[in-house]
Amino acid sequence: MPAILGSPLSTIGMLLCGWLAIGLGGALWPSRAGGTRMLFPLGALLGLAIAATALHALAAMQAGAPAWRLELALGLPNRPTHLALDALSSVYLVVLGGVAAGVSLYGAGYFRAPQGSPPGLVCCQYHLFLASMGFVLLAADTYAFLVCWELMALSSYFLVVTDQRVEAIRQAGFLYLLMAHVGALAILLAFGVLGAAAGGATFEALRNAQPSALAAGAAFVLGLIGFGGKAGLVPLHVWLPEAHPAAPTPVSALMSGVMLKMAVYGMLRLSFDLISNLAWWWGLIPVAVGLFSALYGIVFAAAQTDMKRLLAYSSIENLGILFAALGLALVFHGSGLPLAAALALLAVLYHSVNHAFMKSLLFLGTGSVLHATGQRNLGRLGGLIHRMPWVAWLSLVGALAIAGLPPLNGFVSEWLLLQAFLFAHEVPHTFVNMALPVGAGLLALVAALSGYVMVKFFGVVFLGRSREAGHAEAHDADPVERAGLAWLAAACVCLGLLPAQVVGLLQRVAEQLRVGGLPRNGAPWWLLAPVSAAQASYAPLVFLGAFAVFVLLTIVAVRLAHRRRPIRVEPWDCGFGPLDARMQDTAEGFGQPIRQLFEPFFAMQRQLPSAFDPQPTYRVTIGDRFWNLLYLPLGTLTQRAAAIVSGLQGTRLSGHLLYGFVTLILLLGLVL
Amino acid sequence: MNTLEWFTQILAVLAALAAAPLFLGWVNQCRAWAQNRTAPSVLQVYRGLDKLFHKNTVVANGASPLFGAAPYVVFGTMAVAAAIIPSLGTRLPFAATADAIALVGLFATSRMFLSLAAMDIGTPFGTLGARREMMVGFLAEPALLMVIFVASLLSATTALPLISERLMTQALSLSPSLAFTAVAFTMVLLAENARLPIDNPATHLELTMIHEAMLLEYSGRHLALMEWAAALKLFNYACIGFALFLPWGTASVAAGPLALIAAVPVLAAKLLVAGVALAAIETVSAKLRVFRAPEFLATAFLFAVLGLLVHILLGG
Repeated sequence: MPAILGSPLSTIGMLLCGWLAIGLGGALWPSRAGGTRMLFPLGALLGLAIAATALHALAAMQAGAPAWRLELALGLPNRPTHLALDALSSVYLVVLGGVAAGVSLYGAGYFRAPQGSPPGLVCCQYHLFLASMGFVLLAADTYAFLVCWELMALSSYFLVVTDQRVEAIRQAGFLYLLMAHVGALAILLAFGVLGAAAGGATFEALRNAQPSALAAGAAFVLGLIGFGGKAGLVPLHVWLPEAHPAAPTPVSALMSGVMLKMAVYGMLRLSFDLISNLAWWWGLIPVAVGLFSALYGIVFAAAQTDMKRLLAYSSIENLGILFAALGLALVFHGSGLPLAAALALLAVLYHSVNHAFMKSLLFLGTGSVLHATGQRNLGRLGGLIHRMPWVAWLSLVGALAIAGLPPLNGFVSEWLLLQAFLFAHEVPHTFVNMALPVGAGLLALVAALSGYVMVKFFGVVFLGRSREAGHAEAHDADPVERAGLAWLAAACVCLGLLPAQVVGLLQRVAEQLRVGGLPRNGAPWWLLAPVSAAQASYAPLVFLGAFAVFVLLTIVAVRLAHRRRPIRVEPWDCGFGPLDARMQDTAEGFGQPIRQLFEPFFAMQRQLPSAFDPQPTYRVTIGDRFWNLLYLPLGTLTQRAAAIVSGLQGTRLSGHLLYGFVTLILLLGLVL
Repeated sequence: MNTLEWFTQILAVLAALAAAPLFLGWVNQCRAWAQNRTAPSVLQVYRGLDKLFHKNTVVANGASPLFGAAPYVVFGTMAVAAAIIPSLGTRLPFAATADAIALVGLFATSRMFLSLAAMDIGTPFGTLGARREMMVGFLAEPALLMVIFVASLLSATTALPLISERLMTQALSLSPSLAFTAVAFTMVLLAENARLPIDNPATHLELTMIHEAMLLEYSGRHLALMEWAAALKLFNYACIGFALFLPWGTASVAAGPLALIAAVPVLAAKLLVAGVALAAIETVSAKLRVFRAPEFLATAFLFAVLGLLVHILLGG
């Protein structure tokens, strides 16, 4: 065993234990709000250290070199806990640490006023949540993985129901807990199927085993159900738009930004690392499910009126894109197209990192708006760019990034994925090679729709006039919160401007997983040319520079020609009299074209006023068809089954003794 | 050759900036002729811009800095886009920084800033225009991307100048897949540039306008930049069309300065023809209701997908 303290694995392990210690500190003084304000920035520092260590480890990682491993005599007797750090887990540790740094900093300002649970307890659960995610990434045997996975689900459940006084929040929490456990069960079974073939529970054993085609496929599908449920893939998405808005904002940011990425990590680990012989066509399932989820998520996001729900649906969209890219990588990998597979895998990794930063940024932005106005309903906001300029401009960075616009980071991963799709016609199977490129069209539609959603989100919340009186005293985020937001926004900008460096680091994952590598084509440092400069290249830094120079020249020229300052007047009201804020488009209005275009997606109920109604009201409720199609029948079925079983329970003590006796006999019969 | 390449690059941007209003003026003139009206001068667009640059700029109360920044951003993105499109020569040093997919992204950026600026004041028309513009945008963008996809598959690159160069070396016949995508591209061009049948550039009738509704609050130099950017966008789209479907005549690989000089009249001729074609299309088509626009653009998308399938089935 190498020197324990020297390896990055043990350093990261120690830092994660630091998070646990902070959580313990919070739990010891559950009611002292002042104490937690000190603890959160400390947690942010630890997050930064974790990100830095993981980044350093990733940079030092060589292709073909073994990962760092550690065996701890912890857990069940004769079953030591295995930890390992390789390129894949390093990438996601960077995500965890980097996002946690920003969110914790913001949390120091946000968790001042207690809501529901005492602040110390929230601090404890919060850091437990962070540490459990870290250990999920380090776990190298199925037992440790599942324990950490479960810890992550439970700690986040308690965070979701922080404000447990509200009935709706308790319900959202229950739904979340239920779905999390259905998913965990599927993951358990997936590992069980693989473990039975391997005869061991460590990842090393699973990796070296050769499961039958049936076992590999079964494990893959079970994993897709388990991890896809965590990621919010349709139809397992119903918990996500309920749970994310219910949680306190920093927790929503972590859940959307980081926890959903754990599902992507799990799926990558399972399908590229643990299942050694997966047939190529299994990849088609995540492509189809992912693209459908992406479209479904973004269409619902466009119809939302609650800003946190809107962002939650946008997370479903992004996770859909991630799973589609993952499936594409699997298809390429299995069809012997290493370059295309590496591109698609890079798109998965890059988009994971991007989405983590931009979605946390946007969630924290909504948190500040919520704090300042007490309002989550888009229809009652507006004009906040004047009252809270910091939050508005930093949110604009996140909105532009998530809409996939150059030169920010969202565009780079979209670009990589489209480049990967350009190889789709080379898949040596008829029909598949025709259907896959059309998937690129669907992806483009989803990306363009996310631009629509972000114009709606940013435009309705921050631009225009305030739709409700009383926002005049809305205050900007305090300096600590601003620092957290600025950190995340800076990450979005850097990830967008330095794509070649990021891809260079992420490429190590593709090499270590033996998916394939990108050719070394001698492109300069500022140019991203994944295949060759002649095939495709992108250099945001240069073109942003050229754009800035051109715009500056334009400004100078225009100012030279025309010195007079603009005159301020009232907006043009078409001669009808004063405009008021209610004449602006509402969130419902902005979503109306989408509701009309994608009507079959929605279970919509509309209440239209009659023409002669003196006090007309208009109400539209948008429901999810999957509730009626899937969940309600399933719920009814479960209750009926429970009713039948409960008939067995009602007997006396002697009856129960009889059950015990019969069971014992049966078991003995089985054993002997 | 490097100096010549940089010269081509700068010439491409300057030509676009200078010729874009002229092209718009030509289209307007052709339209007037076709509709039996007295045509305004070809230079009318320049006069309009000149007038606007000299007028006072009026900004509504309650405008945020975003409102003043948007014209510069929109104008800047269109100018940067012009630097990537091979209008005169295909050897553009700057084109390596952004390929055709990034070009689509650039157009999306300008559209998003335009829409956000329209929502900034909080007038009913601004938000209405922004909503419609984004709707047309999200329908047109996938179709445009599919068009570029087909061209990229044909030429094994996504760099627009290289696509153009490789298509140029083919025989002087349209491959069937390009024929389909050319139809799709024309439809996208009409929609994206606020032309009939999606939007009427000549109307200020409240219920039908899209692009003009977003510009209602702009005046003076801001409006001038926005109008110039719109003309540039039309010019850029026309040049993308030439690069994909009529690549012949642009100065290519090892051509010397003479080829570059020869490329100027060729481009002018193409623009003349394109202007006539555009005016003809606009004259024979009526404006669609806003909610028919999705059908129009879905057709464009289907044509692009057909082009793709034809390419894969026939192998080119």
